[in-house]
This record gives sequence, structure tokens and C-alpha cells, in this order.
Amino acid sequence: MLGYLPVSETTFVSAINDALGIAMAIDKSVICYGLGATDPKTIFGTMHGLEEKFGRSRIFDMPTSENAMTGIGVGAALGGLRPVMTHQRLDFFLLAMDQLVNSAAKWHYMFGGQASIPITIRLIIGRGWGQGPTHSQNLHAWFAHIPGLKVVMPTTPADAKGLLLTSIFDPNPVVFLEHRWLHQAVGKVEPGDFRVPIGVANIIRPGKDITIVSSSYLTVEAIRAAQFLDAEGIDCEIIDLRSISPIDWTTIHNSVSKTKNVLVLDSGAQTGSVAGEIIAQVAMKQHQILQRAPMRLAMPDVPEPTSFGLTREFYVRASNIYAEVMRSFEKIPSSGLNPIKDPVPHDVPGDWFKGPF
Amino acid sequence: MPTDDLRVKLLTQMHFIRMVEEEIASRYPNEQMRCPVHLSIGQEGVPAGFALAVRKSDYAVSTHRGHAHYLAKGGDPKAMIAEIYGKATGCSKGKGGSMHLIDQSVRFMGSTAIVGNSIPIGVGLGLATQINGNDDVSCIFLGDGAVEEGVFFESVNFAAVKKLPVLFICENNLYSVYSPLSVRQPEGRSISRMVQTLGVDSVQADGNDVELVFSILSQLFEEIRAGDGPRFVEFSTYRWREHCGPSYDDQLGYRTDEEVAFWKSKDPIDLMTRRIKDLAPDSMARVKDEIAKIRIEIDDAFRFAESSPFPSPEDAHVGVFASE
Repeated sequence: MLGYLPVSETTFVSAINDALGIAMAIDKSVICYGLGATDPKTIFGTMHGLEEKFGRSRIFDMPTSENAMTGIGVGAALGGLRPVMTHQRLDFFLLAMDQLVNSAAKWHYMFGGQASIPITIRLIIGRGWGQGPTHSQNLHAWFAHIPGLKVVMPTTPADAKGLLLTSIFDPNPVVFLEHRWLHQAVGKVEPGDFRVPIGVANIIRPGKDITIVSSSYLTVEAIRAAQFLDAEGIDCEIIDLRSISPIDWTTIHNSVSKTKNVLVLDSGAQTGSVAGEIIAQVAMKQHQILQRAPMRLAMPDVPEPTSFGLTREFYVRASNIYAEVMRSFEKIPSSGLNPIKDPVPHDVPGDWFKGPF
Repeated sequence: MPTDDLRVKLLTQMHFIRMVEEEIASRYPNEQMRCPVHLSIGQEGVPAGFALAVRKSDYAVSTHRGHAHYLAKGGDPKAMIAEIYGKATGCSKGKGGSMHLIDQSVRFMGSTAIVGNSIPIGVGLGLATQINGNDDVSCIFLGDGAVEEGVFFESVNFAAVKKLPVLFICENNLYSVYSPLSVRQPEGRSISRMVQTLGVDSVQADGNDVELVFSILSQLFEEIRAGDGPRFVEFSTYRWREHCGPSYDDQLGYRTDEEVAFWKSKDPIDLMTRRIKDLAPDSMARVKDEIAKIRIEIDDAFRFAESSPFPSPEDAHVGVFASE
């Protein structure tokens, strides 16, 4: 039954699809639903072919009822199922905060540990192409603020697959955040039931001069910036968080002990951000070894605008990361100018993206 | 037709619920039950009829006013009282209190404190039942206020779309805290007729007549078990005491003395007592015996709760996540 795909380059979307298929094949209690789950587009292709394989009782489209469908997932979990619910935008899910916060996150604790809620909630984060104020929010800090929720945010196809399988079989509610700009990212993915533990970060690029803590799409920008910083003699260690809650503090502190410098990237608004929490912990525990003030690049405390014109300088890109690190290290680029030309147009992840969402 | 035996059981069940609630009310001023309590005194007809109509393997979820439903489903009274006292032996180990009751051994899956919150959870239990393929029914207690929540509409809609084995039991006691129906829902609305138009067969009945409650629920259980999809029932009822707490709140003036007196004249326990005295006077001796047994059981439950230890302060930090 297993091993639908060989070890080969595959997309993030295929990795998600593979993970869902494997989970449903190995455990009959796994059910999947979401608005559009079985429509012709199958949620950006992530649920392609599952209805044919597993039938309509286990994978189904749903009413536009985000709050009830979350509570129904909680109830189905109490009844012995493992629901995986998907929304095409994180923002739509904000209608469901009662069921997420008051039910899913609390149930195990407030009933004295007698019942758990193994529900996975896949939320897709939009960006660019005029997604605007209500189709592009990065609210991982919100979710991480709620005791009882696990929050994961994979960057690579392998982590998307491994973390999704782990999330589905975790006995707790997991908010699984997919960045729309990563959907066509390509990478090697193990076949079969391959799992990545929640709460373990990945050092995606080892280095010795500065620790860059990143997550999701920003890790792509960080890797690019690191290549150019390397040419200036600054060797970046990039930690891809993968899990936002719980955070892998050991990996972060160990890395900072080595590099003695830290920059945290965050795709959410900076006030109350996960980046702020990471900098607080590093400053409290490691201030004596830090060579420079900790740095943070997050989104401004402004809703994301829609216009192509307004978003031109809105996002944190590789050039910004490069500039921030160079400023901190008091270095001037050898060419005299910032050498990074961020891809244009700025509002699409690549040629593959033709809008509208 | 109900038998004399059934009538005795229905009356006894109502006494049981009322006596537990009255004991809570009488001891509450001792300040040992340090959490909000929402009592069902006056509203015993619906849960008692339910108690005799429901099956142990059926699921139930409830609301902030959930003591009666927990007891009616067969929940352990000792664990409930201990929970209200915040003790380690409580049904939620002191984490939940009066508004978060659970006894999964009788499939009382939880009561929650946010209006409308447990409605979709009950529907989800119905979904699991349908997928797992048995004829259990998921029972959802709600009040007239919850009908105003968006999640109520969403939940009824999904239950109807999927033809889920769900029984919605609405106890309409006319008030959401102190706010009357007249400021919350349009004049002339019938909740049950509104739900009927959403695609769920609905009935409305007097919740003070426990025999009627029993026979209606029995019929609805039969229809749902036959695979006929969800049902909705609205029972009229009335909360005698204050919205939250052990006393009365009529001095606030949000309802008239005449209204309170009218509903007390429809006391479901009085009604059933009179009926048994008319139809089978000999049964009253058995009722008396049952009440004596209940008295002992309740005293035991409070003794258990009061003598149980508190959980340790460290326990506050335990149990956020389930382990694999």
C-alpha cells in the first residue's frame, strides 16, 4: 500500500497529497474535509485522487461553515476519528476561533486529561498578487499563544510530508501552516510512511558567524541571502524552525552559543511576534555571549495592502536580510552596493504562479 | 403508554435532579464550591424524560447549565459534586468545575461554558457514529439563546446535509441570562418551525410534562436509529432560581412575579406526583422509598466531595497535551 512515490524530486503539493494518501491508507480513522476538497481543483491539487481511492464518507467537501466544521472535527475526534480539515486561506479560519481555542485546545486539559483531540487543521497562507489585508495573514504567533495547540510551518517538501504525517497521528490538535509560495517548491522526499517529529528544528545551512532563525517561505529568502553574505566572509547558520509550538529552544541556544549573533525572521507582524519571543529568550539566557544586539526582521504592524504599487517594498526579502546582517557587522558590500537583485515581479513566487490565488 | 413503573422512575429521576441541585444551593453559601453554578431547578422534566428514553451507548453533550443532563445520562454524582468542589476526585480532576462535566463511561462526552459551543461537537460525534456504522444517537442539549448563534445554524445545516444521527434538544426557558426572548428573537417566531425550514424535522412540546417528554424523545430516537437523519425538539421550560448561583434573582425585575408564579404552578414534579396519585396511588410508597435512597446517595456524594483532597498546585501545569 505504501510508497506511492519513489525517492525523487517532488513538489510540496505532491508531498502533502502523498502524506494524506498514506495516512488514509494506514489508518481508517483518518478523514479529510475542506471547502473544495473534492472539487475539480482539489485545494491546489493537494487532495487530488483521494476521493476515488478512499470514498466519499472519508473525504468530502463541506458547507462554508468554518466554526461548526471545526467543532464537528472536535466531536468526530472524540468519536474516534482523526480529522484533517483544510482551508484555502488561513484568514477564513478566523471564523472558527471559538472551536479552536475554547474546544480543541482546551479539551484535554479541562476534562482532566480524559479525552484528546487528534485533529489536524491545514491552513494556507497567501501572499502577493493582491491577496491583500484578509487573504495573506501570518498568524502563527496567535496560534502559538494558545496553550494546547501545536503549530507547524514546514518549508521543504520533505518536511511538509513528514510533519503532516506526524501531525495527523499526534493525539493533539495541530495547526499545519502551508505557505502558498512554497506549494511548487521542489525537493527530495522519502517514500512511504516518513515522519518528521514536531518540536525539532532543522539546521538547513550550518555556519559559524551568525544564527538566522527562520520559518516557512522566509527560509527560502534566508538561504539566498546567506549565499551573498558568504561572499563577504559572513558564514550564516540558518535554523528552519519547522515547529512554531513547541519551539526547539535547544537547537536555537546551541547555535547562538556557537555563532554569538542572532537574527530572527518572521512573516507575521512584528509586535507580539514569535521572533520577539525568540529574541527575548536568547537575550535572557545568552546576553553575556552575544557580540551584537539581536536583530529581527518581521512584517510591519500594518495590514498587507493589495496594490502592486503598495507591496513593492512591503515584504522581507533576501536583499533586506543581507543589508541587516551587513549593517550589524559594520560591513560595506565589496561592490559598494547591495548585490542581491530580488526576483521581479515582487508579487509572485515564480513563473509558475499566474494568479488569481 | 407509560406504565406505573415508568411513571415512578420518571418522577424519581426528577426528584434526584432537584435534590442534587437543592443540596448544591443550600451548601453553596459555605463557600466551598468556588465556581459558578447554573442550576436546573424547575427544568427537571426534560432531563428526566431523556434519562429514561436514552440508551447508555448514545452520546450526549451539554452546556453551562449541565448538571441535570450529566446526571440524566447516568454520570457519577460523586465525581460531579467533587468537581464542583474543585477536588482531585472530580470528574475533570478540578480542571473544569461545574461547567465542564464529563463521564465518558456513560458517554456523557462533555459540557462546555460558551453558548453554542458544544453543538457542533455533538454533530461531530454523530458524524463519527455514521462513519463507524452503528445506530447510536448523538444528543445535544442547548438553550433558546444558542439558537441565536451562527454555529447553531451551521451545525443544523451540516447534520441535515449528511443526515446524521443527531438529536437536538432545545430547552427554551425564555431567557438568556436576564434578556428575554422579546429582545433576542422576532415576535411570533417558533424555534421549532424555524428549524423545520432548515431541513430537520422538528417538534415543540411542554417540557413540564415528563411523560410527554419521554414519549416524544422515545419516538425521535426510534426515527433517528432507523437512519432517518437528525431531529430537533423544543421543550418549553422555566428556570426558577437565578441565572447563575444558588439564590433567586427576581428582585432584579427582569421578569414579573406573575410569570414566575405561573411557571411554578406548572412544576413538573407536582404534575407527575398528582398524576401518579390519581392513577396509581399505591406507587407513592415506592416513590417515597426511592427518595430516601436518593437522600443517602446525595449525602454520600457531598461527603465524598468534601473529604476529598484538592489537587496539588503542581497539577495545574500538567495535562496541557496528550502524550502518544
